[in-house]
Amino acid sequence: MKPHGAHPRAARLRAVPLAVTVAALVVTLLGGLLVGAADLPAGGVLKALLDRVPFVRADSGLSAIEENVLFQLRVPRALMAALVGGMLAMAGAGYQGVFRNPLADPYLLGAAAGAGVGATLVIVLVPGDPAYGVPLAAFAGALLGVFLAYVLGRTAGQWNGAATLVLAGVAVSSFLAAVQTFLQQVKAEELQRIFSWILGGVGSADWRQLALVAPYALVSAVVLLAHGRLLDVLGVGDDEAASLGLSAPRVRMVVLVAASLATASAVAVSGLIGFVGIVVPHAVRRLAGGSYRIVLPLSLVGGAAFLELADLVARTVISPGELPLGVVTAFVGGPFFVAVLRASRRQVEA
Amino acid sequence: MRSVRALGAALALGVVTLAAGCGGGDDDGEGAPASGAEVTVQAANGAVTVPERPRRIVSLSPTHTESLFAIGAGPQVVAVDGYSTHPANAPRTKLSAFKPNAEAIIGYKPDLVVVSDDMDGIVKALAKLKVPVLLEPAAANLDEAYDEIGDLGLATGHAAEAKRVTDDMRARIRQTVAASPGGKGRSYYHELDNQLHTVTSKTFIGQVYGLFGLRNIADGADKATGGYPQLSREYLVKQDPDLLFLADTKCCGQNAAAIGKRPGWAALKAVERQGVIELDDDIASRWGPRLPEFVKAIGDAIQKPR
Repeated sequence: MKPHGAHPRAARLRAVPLAVTVAALVVTLLGGLLVGAADLPAGGVLKALLDRVPFVRADSGLSAIEENVLFQLRVPRALMAALVGGMLAMAGAGYQGVFRNPLADPYLLGAAAGAGVGATLVIVLVPGDPAYGVPLAAFAGALLGVFLAYVLGRTAGQWNGAATLVLAGVAVSSFLAAVQTFLQQVKAEELQRIFSWILGGVGSADWRQLALVAPYALVSAVVLLAHGRLLDVLGVGDDEAASLGLSAPRVRMVVLVAASLATASAVAVSGLIGFVGIVVPHAVRRLAGGSYRIVLPLSLVGGAAFLELADLVARTVISPGELPLGVVTAFVGGPFFVAVLRASRRQVEA
Repeated sequence: MRSVRALGAALALGVVTLAAGCGGGDDDGEGAPASGAEVTVQAANGAVTVPERPRRIVSLSPTHTESLFAIGAGPQVVAVDGYSTHPANAPRTKLSAFKPNAEAIIGYKPDLVVVSDDMDGIVKALAKLKVPVLLEPAAANLDEAYDEIGDLGLATGHAAEAKRVTDDMRARIRQTVAASPGGKGRSYYHELDNQLHTVTSKTFIGQVYGLFGLRNIADGADKATGGYPQLSREYLVKQDPDLLFLADTKCCGQNAAAIGKRPGWAALKAVERQGVIELDDDIASRWGPRLPEFVKAIGDAIQKPR
């Protein structure tokens, strides 16, 4: 594996890796739009999509119900899968840069556990099913989880940066997981709903939900992409960064907040989907080197492609049934992860 | 195990063992003192020996609570679990069927415990404490549901009433089905929760719909998911079933208006033509004496002109 944080000036976004990831996204998106449990005719879908392009007229020949399936369900779902995948992968890359550890995960600091408590609270305590109650509570919970971990890390004795913060994250996550388990016991009949939220999925995506998270996703993406170079400098070492007039703690703080915001917005609409934040940045590093100026944008595109593909699998493998998306990413992610670890060990030994 | 049950129940009827010097047990002697006589009942956990006419019954199953009260064993029931919501006069407690606690159960000094799930090894735990436990799991078909009510009748000294209850259930169900011939070939979807978990024809609930000849749109998902699939939304909308049955009105606050607001659902046949039926979650998920009410809700939906 390339050393983490190559020299900042060595980084240039090369055409080949960029082309590969963009092509992957285009192909998987097309797959996501053309394939599904409803068996829409591919030609009709393409024409219907073209028909939505301004100044283009195409008669799709789809029935009203088929149009309905395409534009109310399939298109928002495909977009949501791409958005969530991109957010998680980019947040993962951001965390990895801050902690200088390629195994850091977007859920490291308690975002997942916090979101779990938020979602469970709504499912267990609020009668009925308030629209967007679960995503909003998950979003707030994720941010609260990270905030607690941060405060705990800052106040727990000696502040020595990354290690304390990770330990605080572990402590907060364990505590919140216990809270969630307790809440589940209170209302055991809701276990299935809680469970299916935890296993993750974008099956309930619609336009309003997309509109709900898009602004947060956009802000965090802009901030993270703007910090790629600074993360590269941090990779060289805090002292060197200081000599270049860079405040390492401030950069870390900004990246953490942005990555947590991205994670929270992803968790809010899709539950807990593991592995994307580790697998994708890893693959990107192997493809295009370790500079964050490259890893961040390519993770965004690659993550979108990866989750698009995973969701395609989730909704077609046992069609007309659905697999939880988190199960699919774990199936792909687990072995992939082991393979990467073995490959990097071989490189070290060579 | 399950296939032996019907036979076991039939045999058990002949296995009312009477201890020394006890006269024949009469069925309706309300509150007759236990006289050391015993009854053996074939349940899913094997042959269970119960004192004749147990007087301190604990039920950890909402379905069996309903059955016990329906067959006249209500006065013998001292505690039921927190989800036993029917009948209203059942002695509801904080006892949990999901996380059963042997000590808490023993606190009620039961001479019979009825469960539908062996959660956390509760059957063994209670057996160790010498408390008779009847494990009567969720019925796989109508006959099993009747069988279980028969078992409860035998175990509690109400065999005759149990038979009356099941005969009446059979008759009412037969009547409803006969009066609703319009179900053949019409498609339906039965919603368990708003995540689109549903049932296929193989399940107990699916078989109830099958009585009417209705076609279940989820059957294609049966192979991979074992009876309770989570359906893809686009598949459901594309299938556009004639009837949508909601068994998540209480748990998840769903109703005709709410599902009309789901993306892509407003244009569904069932939503446009009042083909959405709001069921009572409990009646639609228990295999006890209120089954005919569930069947009637389906029959009414089929008969309704659209």
